[in-house]
Amino acid sequence: MRLNDVVFKGGHVVDPAQGLDGVSDIRVTDGKIAAVGKDLPVDDDVRVANARDFVFCPGFIDMHVHLREPGQEHKETIATGVAAAVAGGFVAVACMPNTDPINDHAGVTEEIIRKSLAAKLARVYPIGAVTTNSKGERLTEIRELRAAGCVAISDDGHPVRDALMMRRALEYVTMFDMPVINHCEDPSLKGDGVVHEGFRATALGLRGIPGVAESVMVERDVSLSELTGGAVHVAHMSASESLRAVRVGKERGAKVTCEVTPHHFVLTDEDLKYDANFKMNPPLRAVKDRDAILAGLADGSIDAIATDHAPHHVDEKSIEFDRAPFGIVGLETAVSLALDRLVHRHVVSLSRFVELMSLNPAKILRVPGGTLTPGSAADMTVLAPEENVEIRAENFRSKARNTPFNGWKLRGAVAATFVDGHAVFTNDKIPRARKLVERP
Amino acid sequence: MNVSSRVSAETHDTMTAQRLRSKHLLSVSDLSPSEIGLIFDTADAMREIGTRRIKKVPALRGKTIVNLFFEPSTRTRMSFEIAEKRLSADTLNVSGDTLSIVKGETLVDTAKNLEAMAPDIIVFRHAASGASHLLADICAARVINAGDGLHEHPTQALLDAFTIREHKSTFKGLKVTIVGDLLHSRVLRSNIFLLRSLGADVWVCAPATLMLSGVEKFGVHATTSIEEAIEDADVVMPLRMQLERMRGHFVPSLREYFEMFGITARRLRRAKSDVIVMHPGPMNRGVEIASDVADGPASVILEQVSNGVAVRMAVLYLLAGIELAGEEF
Repeated sequence: MRLNDVVFKGGHVVDPAQGLDGVSDIRVTDGKIAAVGKDLPVDDDVRVANARDFVFCPGFIDMHVHLREPGQEHKETIATGVAAAVAGGFVAVACMPNTDPINDHAGVTEEIIRKSLAAKLARVYPIGAVTTNSKGERLTEIRELRAAGCVAISDDGHPVRDALMMRRALEYVTMFDMPVINHCEDPSLKGDGVVHEGFRATALGLRGIPGVAESVMVERDVSLSELTGGAVHVAHMSASESLRAVRVGKERGAKVTCEVTPHHFVLTDEDLKYDANFKMNPPLRAVKDRDAILAGLADGSIDAIATDHAPHHVDEKSIEFDRAPFGIVGLETAVSLALDRLVHRHVVSLSRFVELMSLNPAKILRVPGGTLTPGSAADMTVLAPEENVEIRAENFRSKARNTPFNGWKLRGAVAATFVDGHAVFTNDKIPRARKLVERP
Repeated sequence: MNVSSRVSAETHDTMTAQRLRSKHLLSVSDLSPSEIGLIFDTADAMREIGTRRIKKVPALRGKTIVNLFFEPSTRTRMSFEIAEKRLSADTLNVSGDTLSIVKGETLVDTAKNLEAMAPDIIVFRHAASGASHLLADICAARVINAGDGLHEHPTQALLDAFTIREHKSTFKGLKVTIVGDLLHSRVLRSNIFLLRSLGADVWVCAPATLMLSGVEKFGVHATTSIEEAIEDADVVMPLRMQLERMRGHFVPSLREYFEMFGITARRLRRAKSDVIVMHPGPMNRGVEIASDVADGPASVILEQVSNGVAVRMAVLYLLAGIELAGEEF
């Protein structure tokens, strides 16, 4: 539905970039934010939507997803991935390059962008590969990738293991103002590991991956960032030792940022069982790591929440734990998990939550959004924070069902998602949400 | 045969259960002390069958048992097969090289196909930890975990404890020392659960590279000192150095391992005078155990093998017995 001119009246607007956190009206004209303020004037030709009890945020941006297209369409397609994104409250996603072929060439980037524009739901920001075929041997044509629309480079799924290659990548990207996103994990320390190294791994007889496998590479990348001036972003950070390294780097002024996933701030290795929906990389860590992440989310040393949405076909996950692929879906559970576990439990304020979900991802990726400042696109995530939800994997818009949260009951829901002023998602379980977009 | 009449009312350390609650035997941690007592008492009765001229009873006549071994095994598979035949079950061996898995079939599909042929019990060995749980979720048949990856091997632990029970008056306070490749041992977990459940004082000893993360949370003493571990021990159990699993850099050489951790007659003098030495087999002589110990008076290694048949007969009988309850024999 096209909203030429609408005033959302009396909602709770949270926009940390403008220092807003309270009741306010929002006027949207031609897909852009026209005004934000108390008691905005309403004339006859303007539609007025009652926004009371809803929380309006600048649109959430998931800076770490796997859309699987091209090449693995049995897991997910760009169309189903962005449908899942908007249903989960995300107006934009940044998709990792480990498709088949790898997004190491402008032709692949262009194809991803073409398909995402055709889907007309969430914005899609492709992430290009650091090295050709993500093999770690030769830099990709980063300028071409940038020109085609890539917002960052990463060999996600694989770390950039060679320190010199990482150095060169960080040096090279300084010319294009884009970050290198690294899946930090020392391959030799990971070995054949499938879960966090600790008592639970011991009890289940599963091979462990210590948190230090991650942090040694985070420490390296922080140092290389200082050396080169290039921006490094630590993907799906999971270990307390890594957080310590990021904090030290930030204190020294290194251009280092990091993200964490909802499953790493909600679950620990104590939740592990022989169910491949609990298998992801990095693995569910120890309680001390989860607690460190909660502290980092609260004190600002963690920059963003990203889902690492990693869809897999049910057949691929219904096998022996050791042999199943790593990864779980996250787009359609992230907001409810974060509202329930972070906001309602007073780990973070709503305003800080919006920084983590919207403002900071926009800054890190250097993309528009992250604020409802007049003139910006009307990309908005509307929350119903008190709404009780039950996670039902069978209702996901994603093709995949690989979640450990099926059946969980949580407080806090996405009511609607707007991109360019269009309602790309309304939650049909919340009758009043529909009234936000319907003409009287 | 009426086993219950043979089972003595008096048990070793605990009250005896009348039946097993669990449908499957996947982990020793599923067994209560009284269920363990029931298995031991039943195994006592079963052992007698092996001494008869005709070593066969009709207890499991008409029952189909599949020995599904996705990993090579000689003694465990033989032991189960002998146990099954002594109970008159119809048995079928399916092993690694005959499996459809090499043709790309998943474990779930292999299990569903087996299930369609309605076996009563599946004895299952697999290289992945938790694989027997996956199988048990799918199959109506009872599943006996005969070793899953690095996780558990419950019947081995049961036969080990059954053997200890023959030689020691009580498990309470017994110092049981397990030495060796803890990292790659599925026998270890099952033994720890079982021996702790029966009240033994369990010590584990290994080079630091083969020590398990957080193992002391099982309620055991962990040390890298073989002398400390073996001091006043009642039972010493070296584990096999699983050379085929050593894909890392765990010990520099087997010679150095034997020097530091091998169970030798000289080291064994630190243990109690009536110490027994056990080994889950197969042994690497001169690596984890010296030949004069393996073949010496303290060794009960071959008793373990004989007891294995009786204990597996007991487990098979009791698991099948759930559905047979109330029937006459």
